[in-house]
Amino acid sequence: MTGLEALSAASALDLLAFSPPGWGAVLLAGLANSVVIALGAYALGFGIGIGGAFGKLYGGPILKDLLAVYTTIVRAVPELVLILILFYAFTGLLNEALLSWGYDRVQISPIITGIVVLGVVQGAYQTEVLRGGILAVPAGQIEAARAMGMPSVVVARRIILPLMTANALPGLANLWLNATKDTALLAVIGFSELTKATYQASATTKAFFVFYPAAMLLYLGISLTSTLLIGRIEKWARRGQRDVRG
Amino acid sequence: MKKLVLAAVAALAFGTAVAAAPLKIGVAAEPYPPFTSPDASGNWVGWEVDFLGAICKQAALDCVITPTAWDGIIPALTSGQIDIIMSSMSITAERAKTIDFSDKYYNTPAMVMVAKDSTITPDAAGLTGKIVGVQVSTTHEAYTQKYFAPVAQEVKTYQTQDEANQDLAAGRLDAVMADSIALQAFLDSDAGKACCKSAGNVKSDPAILGAGVGFGVRKGDPVLAKLNDAIKAVRADGTYAAITAKYFPFDIYGE
Amino acid sequence: MQDFLKPHRIVLILIAAGLVTWCVLSLNWTWLAEPKYQVLILQGIWRTLWILVVTMVVGMVLAIPIGLAQAAGPWYLAWPARIFCTVIRGTPLLMQLWLLYYGLGSLFPSIPWIKDSALWPYLRQAWPFAVVALSLSVAGYEGEVMRGAFKGVPHGQLEAAKSMGMPAFTMFRRIWLPQALQRVLPTLGGETVSQLKSTPLVSTITIMDIYAVTGRIRQDTFIIYEPLLLLAVVYMVITGLIVLMFRWFESRTPTRTA
Repeated sequence: MTGLEALSAASALDLLAFSPPGWGAVLLAGLANSVVIALGAYALGFGIGIGGAFGKLYGGPILKDLLAVYTTIVRAVPELVLILILFYAFTGLLNEALLSWGYDRVQISPIITGIVVLGVVQGAYQTEVLRGGILAVPAGQIEAARAMGMPSVVVARRIILPLMTANALPGLANLWLNATKDTALLAVIGFSELTKATYQASATTKAFFVFYPAAMLLYLGISLTSTLLIGRIEKWARRGQRDVRG
Repeated sequence: MKKLVLAAVAALAFGTAVAAAPLKIGVAAEPYPPFTSPDASGNWVGWEVDFLGAICKQAALDCVITPTAWDGIIPALTSGQIDIIMSSMSITAERAKTIDFSDKYYNTPAMVMVAKDSTITPDAAGLTGKIVGVQVSTTHEAYTQKYFAPVAQEVKTYQTQDEANQDLAAGRLDAVMADSIALQAFLDSDAGKACCKSAGNVKSDPAILGAGVGFGVRKGDPVLAKLNDAIKAVRADGTYAAITAKYFPFDIYGE
Repeated sequence: MQDFLKPHRIVLILIAAGLVTWCVLSLNWTWLAEPKYQVLILQGIWRTLWILVVTMVVGMVLAIPIGLAQAAGPWYLAWPARIFCTVIRGTPLLMQLWLLYYGLGSLFPSIPWIKDSALWPYLRQAWPFAVVALSLSVAGYEGEVMRGAFKGVPHGQLEAAKSMGMPAFTMFRRIWLPQALQRVLPTLGGETVSQLKSTPLVSTITIMDIYAVTGRIRQDTFIIYEPLLLLAVVYMVITGLIVLMFRWFESRTPTRTA
């Protein structure tokens, strides 16, 4: 078939060219979508995670139980299933609520939907990682701050968050890599991120061995640069701490 | 209410619809040439896309194409992510329980496609013991399940017609059943020429194969009347024939 | 038990029970009564489970040499193993799966000796591709874990074995591998749950696992939520069983690492 012919270098470059009939621009647009969604979902997940972690540790009994249900369900059900449920439920319920209150339907852009859906998933994992990070902060530090009469919000902001960052970073880094890869799952609901763009390009041109390796390199690029950056951040977060790896 | 009156007045005054948000036209996110497929610059092209342009112009609607997964396209409509389905969807009684359909805008027979060196005929006898591929929840799948599933070795369902075609080319299927025009477009492509051929059209069964292809809208959506008027108008003024001539050497409206 | 049943929890449980009752009574579950769908659902669960078990076992077996190559192998083994792990962990599994099935799979029929071989009846099916892709994924992630586990075995243990004159392979089999595996065991439960959560991806290459089955029911009946709820419950039950199984397993393995 044409797959073998497409392996020749010249046609590969033609196929990846930025202007049509090359598909380079489509792939890069898909990459941009993937990155935007991963960043948005990660940020949203971090917000949920911070709230969830403090809630699990210092919240009331009802809040603690509800958070436990949330993290358990999200961690037990495949992301793909959660994405489908949230994808239909989020927009469907929102619109039903709006209609019943006498407003018009709203259209939510697929990017926002993707961010919310993956953000809710990320939130559950980040809750657990951040909770672990907070637990690893020496209790004496928190007690000392309380004894000095610091209000709890200040304790959280000035003592717990800075000290836990280093503990939580490896886990958070892993979750960031997961977030970038989980964007691929949106391909299954027809969203045009990098994996779907790759699929479309190769299904149309039959040049599987041009587009898949190219897209994999893009994903690898994200993960390798992330790893580099995270290494730097970790070094910064651990400043002033004794090296425990010695 | 006031707003509505204002909008109506404005519409009358300026002769255009004052739609707050553009209508989202749901198209299956996968290539379905020559009706809907994305080109390298990410634009949607094909007969249905041109036809949609004519309809929206005729009905003075502001339309944006919104790619949606085929298997979730009806839930996407009912849950409000899209406003109109335009994805070569056949009008069937089963679907009409959930959504409303416009009048048909094209109607073409169903075909069986097989490997080049195959001797399969497009009937139950020919497909006995074979692996047949169809796109999931299409009228063609319903037809295959009724006529071929009892005798075939396996009926495999695909999310997109494109995947089924690829698997036929890759030798994983013995036959594919789908719309004759969509399959003909594949057979005319380089990949199609290399691997496959038509085994002929299947015996018609309107109860299953439906009464042609129409727009799908939410139940009771007033946009339906506009669409029907627009279909009539573009049929009458020759736009339909002009668009069809760009893609096909024959009329695809059916009788 | 007393500890668990605090007053607020009884209220929460009652609310949850009410929610479940509401789901059962007011949602549309008529499709569950159809024998056609019952058979499909059971088949789907069975497929999901065997893909999970087979790919975990094959993946773990592959992970051992990959981990060992990285921990102690010469560079010409360590580097390929390292690159393999980086690629598997750095790209989405969905993409790996599609590359194998749509990419590699579409090349096969154009190669005559493959098409004429006895393997062809298997290669034209989808499950070999699913098993390969999901096993390689386990191998990539667990290979990295095994590398750490092999490195984590105290050096003195190996030196002691060496000084006793133990042959290299015996040392590996009796000292190094068992201790490395013991270090990996606590992570295995979590890895199995992750792998379970990856299995629905195989539905994209025409395998009728439980995810694909509920998808088909949704498409046939146009019911949106109910099949998805059933799906979520099925995965939660399987996850629960996996967690319980590994807990039981761990409680039975003696731990006496240094």
